[in-house]
Amino acid sequence: MQKYDFPDAQGHFGQFGGIYMAETLIPAVDELRRQYLHFRDDPDFKAEFAHELKHYVGRPSPIYHAKRLSEHLGGAQIYLKREDLNHTGAHKINNAIGQALLAKRMGKKRVIAETGAGMHGVATATVAARFGMECVVYMGAEDVQRQAPNVFRMKLLGATVVPVESGSRTLKDACNEAIRDWVTNCDNTFYIFGTAAGPHPYPMMVRDFQCVIGNEAKVQMPDMIGRQPDVVIACVGGGSNAIGMFYPYISEESVQLIGVEAGGHGIASGQHAAPLTANAKIGVLHGNKVYLMQDEDGQIIETHSISAGLDYPGVGPEHCLLKDIHRAQYVAINDDEAIGGFDALCRFEGIIPALESSHALAHAMKIAPTMGKEQAILVNLSGRGDKDMNTVARIKGITL
Amino acid sequence: MSRIQTVFDQLKQQGRKALIPFITAGDPNPQLTVPLMHALVEGGADLIELGVPFSDPMADGPTIQRASERALAHKVRLRDVLEMVAEFRKSDTNTPVVLMGYGNPIEAMGWDKFSERCAEVGVDGVLTVDFPPEESSEAFSQLTKHQLDPIFLLAPTSAQERVEAVVKAARGFIYYVSLRGVTGAANLDLVDVAGKVAAIRGQTSLPVGVGFGVRDAATAKAVAAIADAVVVGSRTVQEIENSGEQNAVANVKKLIAELRAAIDS
Repeated sequence: MQKYDFPDAQGHFGQFGGIYMAETLIPAVDELRRQYLHFRDDPDFKAEFAHELKHYVGRPSPIYHAKRLSEHLGGAQIYLKREDLNHTGAHKINNAIGQALLAKRMGKKRVIAETGAGMHGVATATVAARFGMECVVYMGAEDVQRQAPNVFRMKLLGATVVPVESGSRTLKDACNEAIRDWVTNCDNTFYIFGTAAGPHPYPMMVRDFQCVIGNEAKVQMPDMIGRQPDVVIACVGGGSNAIGMFYPYISEESVQLIGVEAGGHGIASGQHAAPLTANAKIGVLHGNKVYLMQDEDGQIIETHSISAGLDYPGVGPEHCLLKDIHRAQYVAINDDEAIGGFDALCRFEGIIPALESSHALAHAMKIAPTMGKEQAILVNLSGRGDKDMNTVARIKGITL
Repeated sequence: MSRIQTVFDQLKQQGRKALIPFITAGDPNPQLTVPLMHALVEGGADLIELGVPFSDPMADGPTIQRASERALAHKVRLRDVLEMVAEFRKSDTNTPVVLMGYGNPIEAMGWDKFSERCAEVGVDGVLTVDFPPEESSEAFSQLTKHQLDPIFLLAPTSAQERVEAVVKAARGFIYYVSLRGVTGAANLDLVDVAGKVAAIRGQTSLPVGVGFGVRDAATAKAVAAIADAVVVGSRTVQEIENSGEQNAVANVKKLIAELRAAIDS
């Protein structure tokens, strides 16, 4: 494999990525890029980030051997990287802390964020409280309904939650509205973007902050089993937890990387959120060029997933590149299969996973029986499922 | 010579400023777009900005967002917008038409096919809000190959070196965004705008139009005093929205005539 060194100075991952923004925001992303490149190598910044991850987030997150589930499946051993045990219950806090520390150094007193499932919104509201910043979170009106507990958490933390009524009233529309806020308030506002997508430097910066996941795993797995896993699996919406896990493993060529997209009602139904698996055309949305779910005319189409956090028509540019160069493989798990993964982890291991992470788990359960008992699968358990109680109850026909 | 340059040259000789209204193609319905374009010209428009509807108009405020939604509810596609321009050109061969919108519908059609078709139907310039010059090399080469003007935005946040880079890539005219915000946002600061327009003029001989925030005859007149062109987007779209399909054409013509009179006074 050739040396892997992306993005280039203009934020391109091969033909993907870039800076596709309205002129008013070009100076803002340019300034962000310069400040990030400066502070990323600054010893004080690195030390403060590491300190926050250890003492506030609770890192390193453990790796757990899901023995009963593995035995039940009768194949490969399944290991879970427990991002669900982080403060606020998901991997999102890693990135939110990194960006908040940068915002602080840039003198920005106000932070904004978009959120789908609400985990990034909660993480941003949390760090805003932690660092004494004003916080506004944009959330699709439909997601406000289906993720009510997280809306309440954000409000408890002092954030203003703005329901977005335009378009499909989900994550992409929340992004649009956050960008509209940023274009109006770029002088005093830092946009804490939640996933490894958007205009450069976000895909690179979010990846770098999330790489703590893969970097820890690369040390933890040899400690546990004497070697790296055979397969690493993570769910992919925008793809921040997946790129944080994958990136440190890209150079480990013996490790197979599998990203799991939301198959919704099935790829054939058209009602899904799986641009990579469904071979969507390349397009431009939210500041970057990526594989994008769109109609023939280039209008963005509405996506469907049981999990709000994966319900997004695009995907980060680095995943597009990893697909094209065949370094990672992308598959889809539909709603029913994800619920199967969710139930299995609850019953076999006493862990309630997020519906997003349940997609990754369901794929692991699919391939584990086809593998040998001595083989190892590492699943990034990116978040916990407390926020999904209402959704799961509704699917099971239960009134809480 | 391009239609855009011809119009600006004529206006300059006459000592007048350009009025550039914006409407979204297909709003309130596809049948009314060409009549509305003619009404704009009859009211006194010098150039028309025709919006291409997009599902995710990130740089637009609520008024133009709703226009896009109304057009998309009628399933208006980029190829339909091009047909509307062809229809308009049957009886108006002089008024320049600039397509304004987001890059993805053009990406989906392909810049080569799009540019070729634009030239055939009589489009004069193309402004893609989310494609800055850095990401526009393919767009630029295809547009200029077909004698179309790539039009770029400058903003209050654009520093001196940024202005230099953007004016190098631009043709036709420069569109100066008068405020930090989305289309149709709060009142603009005329002193600030005047300073910025002067700075841009120091870098280019292209005409400079000012838009975002021109809400009435008074602001139109004030902007005309400091720029080469006045762009009126949300206010025009709002007139269509408030008028209903019956009265939209007549009311828009009246609005443009009022703005024209104010600019020329």
